[in-house]
Amino acid sequence: MATSGTCSTNLVTCNADAYMDSVPLIAITGQVNQAMIGKGAFQETDIYGMTLPVVKHSYLITDINDIPRIVKEAFYLAQSGRPGPVLIDLPKNVQQARTQPVFPKETSLRSYRADPRASELALNEIIGLIEKSERPVLYVGGGIISGNASKELRQFAEATQIPVTTTLMGCGAFPETHPLSLRWLGMHGAAFANWAVNGEYHPAARPTEPAKLKAAGADLLLAFGVRFDDRVTGRVDKFCEKGTIVHLDIDPSEINKNKPVSLPIISDVKFALGRLAAMVKARPLQKKFTAWHKQIARWKARAPFGYSVTEEVMKSQHMRDHLKGREREVILPQMAIEMLYELTRGEAIITTGVGQHQMWAAQFYQFKYPRQFVTSAGLGAMGFGYPAALGAKVAFPNRQVVDIDGDGSFLMNIQELATAHIEKIAAKVIVLNNQHLGMVMQWEDRFYAGNRGNTYLGDPERRKQIYPDYTAMCQSFGVKCERVMYLKDLRPALQRMLDANEPYVLDVIVPYTEHVLPFIPSGRTVADMIWQA
Amino acid sequence: MRHTISVLVENKFGVLTRVAGLFSGRGYNIDSLNVAPTNDPTASRMTIVTRGDDATVDQIVKQLSKLANVMQVQDFREGEYVDRELALIKVAVNSKTRAEVMQITDIFRAKIVDVQPKSLTIEATGDETKLEKLLELMNAFGILDLRRTGKLAMPRN
Repeated sequence: MATSGTCSTNLVTCNADAYMDSVPLIAITGQVNQAMIGKGAFQETDIYGMTLPVVKHSYLITDINDIPRIVKEAFYLAQSGRPGPVLIDLPKNVQQARTQPVFPKETSLRSYRADPRASELALNEIIGLIEKSERPVLYVGGGIISGNASKELRQFAEATQIPVTTTLMGCGAFPETHPLSLRWLGMHGAAFANWAVNGEYHPAARPTEPAKLKAAGADLLLAFGVRFDDRVTGRVDKFCEKGTIVHLDIDPSEINKNKPVSLPIISDVKFALGRLAAMVKARPLQKKFTAWHKQIARWKARAPFGYSVTEEVMKSQHMRDHLKGREREVILPQMAIEMLYELTRGEAIITTGVGQHQMWAAQFYQFKYPRQFVTSAGLGAMGFGYPAALGAKVAFPNRQVVDIDGDGSFLMNIQELATAHIEKIAAKVIVLNNQHLGMVMQWEDRFYAGNRGNTYLGDPERRKQIYPDYTAMCQSFGVKCERVMYLKDLRPALQRMLDANEPYVLDVIVPYTEHVLPFIPSGRTVADMIWQA
Repeated sequence: MRHTISVLVENKFGVLTRVAGLFSGRGYNIDSLNVAPTNDPTASRMTIVTRGDDATVDQIVKQLSKLANVMQVQDFREGEYVDRELALIKVAVNSKTRAEVMQITDIFRAKIVDVQPKSLTIEATGDETKLEKLLELMNAFGILDLRRTGKLAMPRN
């Protein structure tokens, strides 16, 4: 909910985020008096016009008696079909008018169909393709989560023994601790997931030479509730180039948008997976895909998510500035997340900002449930982490909610510490503070000869100090905060944070030299994946 | 490729902007656009002519269908529909050329709707090729003003 003008324009990013990630959202914005609309009134903006490309639908209410119908429609539209944001703009005179409301029993939107269902024929065709395949992979996304289809997915995967990789939005749709899980794929996803989908290649001697295939990837890709995002596919024409692709989605406009596929099916994914699981149960598959599982096991053993304290870290400016004489006690960002995973037994709800820490959070925390990982994936909106954590904590007061954030992202919505304090919302934050915009810096290092474009966030004149001073800042908000510099202090500090019954910030100082690996550079293929430091 | 897209929408404010936005957001120009009520007073019909590669137009058509106020979208292929456009053409004439302009108008089964000492206004209806041809001929005399409705299209069956 936002007031007119600037407050509504601040909601534009939220709508864009929800639109990209298909999040059901109702945004109610105040508008100036109807008589003042279009006259450049104080705090007037055409928020209806401004948000048109980033909403599923929107309304400007001109008659108070429309409110019950419009609000009902808005909630229905936001949550049904492919979910998305719906904006309601409410002029001040309508807000202050009085009426006897008549609440409609049902919504009737004559041109809106929310529940397409796959035909038996199409689903049988999928079963036929699986029976013919040797190396099937399920590639599933946020659609499984918004479609509440995790249970059906698991039944289907277990019955068919098809390995499952998810998108970032799909993290938690399938338990990442499950033997069939390939974790998530894409630019910074698991090497084994990328290999399983695309095949593994020998590194090309020269960039002009075509890469030679080392081990074949999927011959059948079941893409359910996904949209072939460029951060997943890399160069899209090479994505799963050798495989037959089945694309099942509730939204017809996703079909053949980014990637032409062999078998497109428009369906609610819960229905389709439920039917598929029942079909496989009634008539079990003959195939066991033994060779394929062996290959995947080899890949998993060879290239798990990992990190090490490299020479580069040891020799970095970070060490000279902050850890002189205690270099052995350096904390890598991945260590902090791994430790959090262990201490929370993988049960916490994790939110993130956007950048390196986001990728590491997804790599080193294994998600077991849908909606356990809350992140701004499509839009990549920095500052998302803490407000999202507050929301999650309000919704689930008995769950541990931790925002794994970066210093760049956290600072963008730091004022929410006041919300946490005033409203007594015990959402926790781990700031992986490397004094840089880490992901931008990683690209600067890899592609722009290490030139820094204002990506250093510390105080250039006092590099040895950490800037800004989060402990002092949090104190001013009345929120507890500790700074952790050395590895030996990390575990007890994390434990104190988790035990706290109030908002708590852990400012964990980490070296800026770490790069997120694996890394498939933008627009390239799996053959160009960098996965060893 | 040129596409003629017919969109049946609910008669509500903002619909035109939403539809047009799907084109502009992709950097696509609309060649012509016509909107008018249908026999159902709560619905309007838009006829949009645009150019673009088939995949992108296909994407636009799917996005159009998704809009909450859009009831039906048809992307017509060549030959599947009948189309007409109306044009008002103001042509410069003098005593020497007036007769010839009137003659051509007649051949094209168009009508003279206004006569002024130095101009004639012609009302012409037809498909695109016919109107283009007529305009080409009238260009020789000097077209002072031109108003076109944009294409209307209706499926044959």
